Amino acid sequence: MSLKIKALKKSLWVYHMSGGSCNNCDIEILACLDPRFDIERFGMTLVGSPRHADVLLCTGIINKKCVERVKEVYAQTAKPCVVVAIGACSCSGGIFRDGYQMGGPLDKLIPVDIYIPGCPPKPEAMIAGIVKLLEKLK
Amino acid sequence: MAEDKKKKVIVPIGPYHPLLEEPEFFALYCDGEKVVDVDWQAGYNHRAIEKLSEAKHWDQVTFLVERICGICSTSHPFAYCNAVEDLLGASVPERARYIRCIIGELERIHSHLLWVGLAGHFLGYNTVFMWAWKYREPVLDMFEIITGNRNHYAMFKIGGVRRNIEEEDMPALRRVLKGLKVQLEMLTHAVLDDPVLGARLKGVGVLTKEHIKNFGAVGPVARASGIGGDIRKDDPYAAYPMLDFKVITAEHGDVFDKAVVRLLEMFESIKIIEQSLDAIEGKGGDIQTEIRDIPPGEGIGRHEAPRGECFHYIKSDGTNRPVRHKIRAPSYTNIPTFKASCIGQMIPDVAIILAGVDPCYCCTERVAVYDAGNKKKQMYDFSRLVEMSRQKTEKIKKEI
Repeated sequence: MSLKIKALKKSLWVYHMSGGSCNNCDIEILACLDPRFDIERFGMTLVGSPRHADVLLCTGIINKKCVERVKEVYAQTAKPCVVVAIGACSCSGGIFRDGYQMGGPLDKLIPVDIYIPGCPPKPEAMIAGIVKLLEKLK
Repeated sequence: MAEDKKKKVIVPIGPYHPLLEEPEFFALYCDGEKVVDVDWQAGYNHRAIEKLSEAKHWDQVTFLVERICGICSTSHPFAYCNAVEDLLGASVPERARYIRCIIGELERIHSHLLWVGLAGHFLGYNTVFMWAWKYREPVLDMFEIITGNRNHYAMFKIGGVRRNIEEEDMPALRRVLKGLKVQLEMLTHAVLDDPVLGARLKGVGVLTKEHIKNFGAVGPVARASGIGGDIRKDDPYAAYPMLDFKVITAEHGDVFDKAVVRLLEMFESIKIIEQSLDAIEGKGGDIQTEIRDIPPGEGIGRHEAPRGECFHYIKSDGTNRPVRHKIRAPSYTNIPTFKASCIGQMIPDVAIILAGVDPCYCCTERVAVYDAGNKKKQMYDFSRLVEMSRQKTEKIKKEI
């Protein structure tokens, strides 16, 4: 295991970005922070800038107006950076797959490490996904 | 004017990287700390829903419109089903009407709690955020009991609802409601009696009755300014004519009154849910009428969503798909009120004024200050804006 990976998995800082979602996944990501789920006890926290992020959470279909911006945000993150596609929309396009504004799915634009499907995935599912990610990093 | 604008500092908010919701773009024209003009650009969240709905079956459209917004995921199917039933002239069984009201009002509680929490977060009161989101979880539990999912409930169907509320779930629902009432009372007093929050929110982002009429604002934003428009009373649908509730209004139109309206509305919602549970308990009955064909014609449907009036228009040509589906969500009319409420305010207040309307204020995530006069450029991110907002709260705290 390289030193970078070892440092990465200690305390994950998460940057969340919505590329044209129905904001339900975004709300559930915030629900992870509330007293019931409280992911901050694992050292995870939401940060305000992609430059500070270890993990990039992407939600939404990534519409055509957002495509360039998603690539830009990914370019700004410090590597290694783990990309997580949250929700049916960013995994596959979901119900909006056939729309004219569809720019994604996410894995066409940037490399994705894990997919958490669901519409929306429950906070438990997101936490389980991150735990699997940590095992994968080992 | 063009030269005037050149001298102003432009503070673009957004467009991308939202903390929460849809990405949008605001440009604030500032003179020092004071905002003199505001500009809005949308489209970062356009998903071609109206077009997609023309390619889907009538029943599938309910699932599509549910995914317009994650917080109002009942409002849009509610309005859509009202529209199709208006076209059909179909009547919905009584039990289904009450179940629709229960889901609609539960959603109002969870949406308003979400707003209260985020408003507290922006002001530097993270305790309020934690409380509000903690008390929001039992509401989501009730959704899970009734519909099987925390969000995107898929309860609505043309002609009724998809799932029944089982008799054995009733005691659990009542227990949660009873507990919620106590918790909400505590939260309401904590928020409304706090001197610092009062000093921070009163007189900020005032919208007068004239503004509301000119911009056509709806929902809690209009009610906070003393205009009592509520579709549940003005154009009753579902079981609302049979239920007893008040429309909460306030006078001043500032952010504090918007909070008052939202907090007190939650108690009315609890009243509605309790009455609805009383009305359906032990009665039985159908929850849907079977609908085979949709004849040619047009229909409109409205619903009082947590943020205001949600409007759907559909046109049918007798096939199994809508020919035209027009949607107008409440935020669409509420967001332009920033033109009135932000102007003359300070930059630290803008975060809470934008949040006060309950739109997609997520966009405040990344802010850049461009001083066009001397070509200076300074990046403000969302945390910086929230930080400024919090510093102001701290200052007021010390003064009091």
